[in-house]
Amino acid sequence: MARIVGGITTSHIPAIGNAISREMFEDPYWKPFFDAYPRAREWLDEVKPDVAIVVYNDHGLNFFLDKMPTFAIGAAPQYTNDDEGWGLQPLPPYQGDPELSWHIINSLVADEFDICSCQEMLVDHGFTVPMSLMWPDRSKMTVKSIPVAVNTVQHPLPTPARCFKLGQAIGRAVASFPKDLKVVVLGTGGLSHQLDGQRAGFINKEFDLMCMEKIVSDPEALTRYSIHDLVRLAGAQGAELILWLIMRGTMTGTVSKVHSNYHIPISNTGAGLLVLENAV
Amino acid sequence: MEPAKTLEPIPGTIIFDGAMAVKGYALNKMCYTFNGAAARKEFLADEDAYCAKFGLTPEQTTAIKERNVLALLDNGGNIYYLAKFIGMLGLNVQDIGAQQTGVSVEEFKAKLLAAGH
Repeated sequence: MARIVGGITTSHIPAIGNAISREMFEDPYWKPFFDAYPRAREWLDEVKPDVAIVVYNDHGLNFFLDKMPTFAIGAAPQYTNDDEGWGLQPLPPYQGDPELSWHIINSLVADEFDICSCQEMLVDHGFTVPMSLMWPDRSKMTVKSIPVAVNTVQHPLPTPARCFKLGQAIGRAVASFPKDLKVVVLGTGGLSHQLDGQRAGFINKEFDLMCMEKIVSDPEALTRYSIHDLVRLAGAQGAELILWLIMRGTMTGTVSKVHSNYHIPISNTGAGLLVLENAV
Repeated sequence: MEPAKTLEPIPGTIIFDGAMAVKGYALNKMCYTFNGAAARKEFLADEDAYCAKFGLTPEQTTAIKERNVLALLDNGGNIYYLAKFIGMLGLNVQDIGAQQTGVSVEEFKAKLLAAGH
């Protein structure tokens, strides 16, 4: 049977992608951020996942306001990125796992989550930046991926509680897949940041650190916030915490923390990294 | 279940809800096209014609012309689609953060650094 071997959270800021392409790993601004990632990659080398489920939000590359799914799941044999408006170069395609995708889609709908299935899906920096951080050497990358896109563009956004339950349903779906696969779940985005309005530049370190702790020990506490609470406490785009809650929902009740890092600022954001394992 | 009641406003923050999505539809649709290089080239060759092609209001067209992010947001612009417009102009989120908060880019960056302490 398939099983979830662990979960990772990481910010997915576009500037990280630029810094990777310019190899700014030792730059004083970037070093405290990038230095946290080798430990996460070591852990991935140890557990050797077959598939990564990547929970992210599309930032206006694949989805427009004409049709805006709350939850969309990739069911494609491969996923490519694209120019996002600032001339990004195409990366090699990411291999999908349509069989597992359709199993998850079937299981979720049976479980009363009426998601949108996508046989074609462009993935943007929300997906590619975390993948580049975790698997920088594409020539050695064997992990397949399943993108899960969540609407954080147009309110109403799904509530933190609903997202946690979706994660639990994804966890059940993976556990019922008959093949012996190891699955890692990436919850991307966050933590506090706001790009728009007179409150642009808002960062809330205290709230972020509380989230970093609670998502490990007491995720239900975070599910009691409303989206409006998250916007107020973590900034307009800090609502991306719901993506972390989906990841956390896929894991068993008790988890152990393998590694964590928190650093301010990367671009306009408090950047958080966590590596979690299911407690035995 | 009823939709959420009117929520207490968050200062300096526009919630991009259904009403804003309706108001900004044409503007955001135009910005969505900037994902493609050909659209960017067409816009830069004749900005007014490109705005007219998408049916932008006079207020939206003026805000585009003036690169006025707060005015674009007030007129229904969504930051994720506006990011395409901003990126095309070679600006980043610190540049527009400074513009929206009325400080220099250096002051804006210093504020971000201070949030870490």
